[in-house]
Amino acid sequence: MTAMVKAEAVHKSFGRLEVLKGVSLEVDPGQVMCILGPSGSGKTTFIRCINHLEKINAGRLWVDGELVGYRQSGDKLYELRDNEVARKRTEIGMVFQRFNLFGHMTALENVVEAPIRVKKLPRETAVRAATDLLERVGLADKVDNYPSQLSGGQQQRVAIARALAMEPDILLFDEPTSALDPEMIGEVLDVMKGLAHTGITMVVVTHEMGFAREVGDRIVFMDDGRIVEDAAPGAFFAAPRSERARSFLSKILSH
Amino acid sequence: MQGGAASAVPPDEIKAIPVRHPGRWVAGLVVAFLAVAVIGSMATNKRFGWSVVGHYFTEHTIVHGLFVTLELTAAAMAIGIALGVLLAVMRLSPNPLVSGISWVYIWFFRGTPVLVQILFWNFIGALYPTIAIGIPFGPQFAHVNLNSIITPFVAGMLALGLNEGAYMSEIVRAGIISVDEGQTEAAQALGMTRLLTMRRIVLPQAMRVIIPPTGNETISMLKTSSLVSVIAVTELLYAGQIIYARTYQTIQLLIVVSIWYLIFTTVLSIGQYYLERHFARGSRTARQSVFQTWLPFLR
Repeated sequence: MTAMVKAEAVHKSFGRLEVLKGVSLEVDPGQVMCILGPSGSGKTTFIRCINHLEKINAGRLWVDGELVGYRQSGDKLYELRDNEVARKRTEIGMVFQRFNLFGHMTALENVVEAPIRVKKLPRETAVRAATDLLERVGLADKVDNYPSQLSGGQQQRVAIARALAMEPDILLFDEPTSALDPEMIGEVLDVMKGLAHTGITMVVVTHEMGFAREVGDRIVFMDDGRIVEDAAPGAFFAAPRSERARSFLSKILSH
Repeated sequence: MQGGAASAVPPDEIKAIPVRHPGRWVAGLVVAFLAVAVIGSMATNKRFGWSVVGHYFTEHTIVHGLFVTLELTAAAMAIGIALGVLLAVMRLSPNPLVSGISWVYIWFFRGTPVLVQILFWNFIGALYPTIAIGIPFGPQFAHVNLNSIITPFVAGMLALGLNEGAYMSEIVRAGIISVDEGQTEAAQALGMTRLLTMRRIVLPQAMRVIIPPTGNETISMLKTSSLVSVIAVTELLYAGQIIYARTYQTIQLLIVVSIWYLIFTTVLSIGQYYLERHFARGSRTARQSVFQTWLPFLR
């Protein structure tokens, strides 16, 4: 069984700042992996590397057995063209911390845009699928609303529907609830819980410990650009092995 | 006690005596006096020749010139906007050749006076009397006589439009940059290519920033188009010049021309106000315009 995501000694620097200092891991198909860690530990940068929004400086990264951003021939690496990178991204959905819904489009238009323009689906097919998706995330009555007319939680649910509309093999979540008011976090987490049971692979960067413990199949704890701990949720939350993870958890859980 | 439930303040609308502004009244009187003085002198000074102004205001040559000016403005702005979008997108391209071409274009067309460019296009026929399309030093497929294609009107339109393209590209570029980067990332994460992202996601949202200065450019173009009078295009100013060259009523004709320019810049300003209001819906506080204050009174 090929891993859905495989990272080998991934390094990433922004100028002189080294953000990822050799990250290696594998995510199995259908797995829900939660990445925890203090801010600045490289969690977000790492998942942005998975769909090539960031270029890695060293190491190798594969999604579904294919190298991300490059083509290997012999021992040489060739950069992929813009349209080749774009085609691979259609298999990787991403949900952003700040939703990033297209401001000039209604909820429905946001969801059908990529299926129609990128996948070249006929409009009726795309609209039918999008309507179903929006209903699934509980927004059947908001299809014609613009993002500015929706609450943060509603916007994030539209964003999840938009990512799902491309029928990706894997979904990346970049702190999906961090920009939300407390009472809206639950509705987004509920949608994500529902997804976790459908068998899609999920990589979730989050600060929601409850979600990680309940829904995650596996916890990866990062600090200072490295993976410090990689464990099952039960083991991780009951007895973290590293001192760093212990102090992180005690700070987060005690407030 | 904190603002008790049974408040002592009655819930009536506040009727307070407003602050007096004696200064405004004094200033108003001064302005009124000056206005009367200026208008009075203009009305009584026979040398203004208002009857001549009235006579030529709707004269055939002038009206024809007015239409040429409007045509020229519309055509030059159409070229300028299309070119501006193209150049802005090119300028932001990761391809150094493409972005370099755009940079050189802007450098050249912003770096030389538009009046010189107008003259140049007018005399292009002297540099290249004919243009042939074919293989260099080999057979030719097509053959064009430039002198017959580049009429003064076409030369003026090209010069104004190509020059405007350079300025518009900077306006469009500012608009593109103003769109949040998250929009581009979200589009890319969905598998949209760079050009598709630009066309479907970024440019439509850049419009709010692009529209107001484009209105300004249009108003400016209406007046700048008078420069093509130097190559004898019978637009509004040249139409006036033709008449006063014959009648020596220079001031009167310049007044006629100025009034027409004022009328159409006013019309364009009102149009721009409504356009801006349309694109500012639901975002930031709209810019306070003089029309916002006065239009309700005029209705």
